[in-house]
Amino acid sequence: MSWPVANWERVVSLAADHLVLSVPAILISIVLAVPIGRLAARRPRIGSPLLSLASLAYAIPALPLLIILPALLGTPLRSWQTMVAALSIYGVALLVRSAADAFGAVDAELRDAAVATGFAPRGLFWRVDLPLAVPVLVSGVRVVTVSTISLVTIGALVGVSSLGTLLTDGFQRGIAAEVWTGVLSTLLLALLLDALVLGIGRLLTPWNRRARS
Amino acid sequence: MIAFEHVSKTYPGGAAAVHDFSCEVPSHRTVVLVGSSGSGKTTLLRMVNRMVDPTEGRVLIDGEDVRSRNPVELRRSIGYVLQQGGLLPHRTVLDNVATVPVLVGETRRAARGSARDLLDRVGLDPELGSRYPAQLSGGQQQRVGVARALAADPNILLMDEPFGAVDPIVRRELQRELLRLQGELGKTVVFVTHDIDEAFLLGDEVVVLGRGGRVAQRGTPAEILARPADDFVRDFVGADRAERRLTTVEQGGRRVVVDADDRPVGVLGP
Repeated sequence: MSWPVANWERVVSLAADHLVLSVPAILISIVLAVPIGRLAARRPRIGSPLLSLASLAYAIPALPLLIILPALLGTPLRSWQTMVAALSIYGVALLVRSAADAFGAVDAELRDAAVATGFAPRGLFWRVDLPLAVPVLVSGVRVVTVSTISLVTIGALVGVSSLGTLLTDGFQRGIAAEVWTGVLSTLLLALLLDALVLGIGRLLTPWNRRARS
Repeated sequence: MIAFEHVSKTYPGGAAAVHDFSCEVPSHRTVVLVGSSGSGKTTLLRMVNRMVDPTEGRVLIDGEDVRSRNPVELRRSIGYVLQQGGLLPHRTVLDNVATVPVLVGETRRAARGSARDLLDRVGLDPELGSRYPAQLSGGQQQRVGVARALAADPNILLMDEPFGAVDPIVRRELQRELLRLQGELGKTVVFVTHDIDEAFLLGDEVVVLGRGGRVAQRGTPAEILARPADDFVRDFVGADRAERRLTTVEQGGRRVVVDADDRPVGVLGP
């Protein structure tokens, strides 16, 4: 147990790097996946192919993607931008399906009633569809959060600093404690963020708790 | 006044929901469209607020074709109550009632203030305003639905089987409440139901619909009961049912009204 105690400052600073990479990627995934999901749920003819295409992106192997992206985007190879872009692609791929399900699960009769009451299309999205999609969206975002946190470690292979650095460094120098610290701290970070997403989801859906009580 | 002029609605594929229907709903009156499922009654109702556009004919409000109106603005100017209440589950009762005033630009605070008064008006404790719809009973939800429809003070109220999903005792209560409200407010009401007793209770005029929006008969409840136009109407209103055929018998100096099975149902007034 002496390794993490002796190196806690480094672990904390790598955890911060880890968050700086993962949090923006998670947010970008949400911002991109929600409109695609909504389109797929309401306009299947345009949305379904888009949905399949986006989901397919998850099949792209990570290392080649990290090498191709700089060429496509013009970003430096070992940069924050490249890493966030790659993570966002995986995030979107994971989230679009649940986003489509989330909007598809909004009661059609309820939407009809809202339209009849006088909601315009834009108001219908922001004030009816989106809030009612939140519970299912949140479960999708939780998966993306945990997956992104673990994917960030791959960046260490191309030299982007994160908790994954503890894994590569530990392997190279044969320090088992360092590897274990990397694994456990990544796990811990994933659990913390998952709890945070769950908490935000609860805050956004006060009617769910009150209705059950 | 609402006027249906030779409206038809044919869905793609050839199914005719309504065929050549004409009818006028005078201002400040309640007209009930009654018919079984497939009679096109809901389709007709939804033509008024452009949730459905007729394939032929037109619907006029005070002489103006609804098709010339922006659908969103039109819907905000018409109160709409539907069977399951259609309340937004993620909004509090007060915010549900305040929906349309807020949509047309009233401040939330002002709209909530008037919403509180409206809850009182429809017979609900304003304290319920901070609850969510799922925390209310079915009857309470329907009252909230009525309050929401009245919030923007529309001239027209469309009601699509609003009391169909509540138990008979609560339904009776809500029907009485609606009669009281209508007595105070005098809206132009189009009410859709499949329950002939509800139609006779609430309607100044009743339109009995056959299949595809064919008008089997229209008139006051008394007219329809007195002279059913044909066998379909006679059957639909149950004119031959025992409780509709009343006679009186002398009993201790009073005239007791009995039905065709000789069950007493009341006494004649003096």
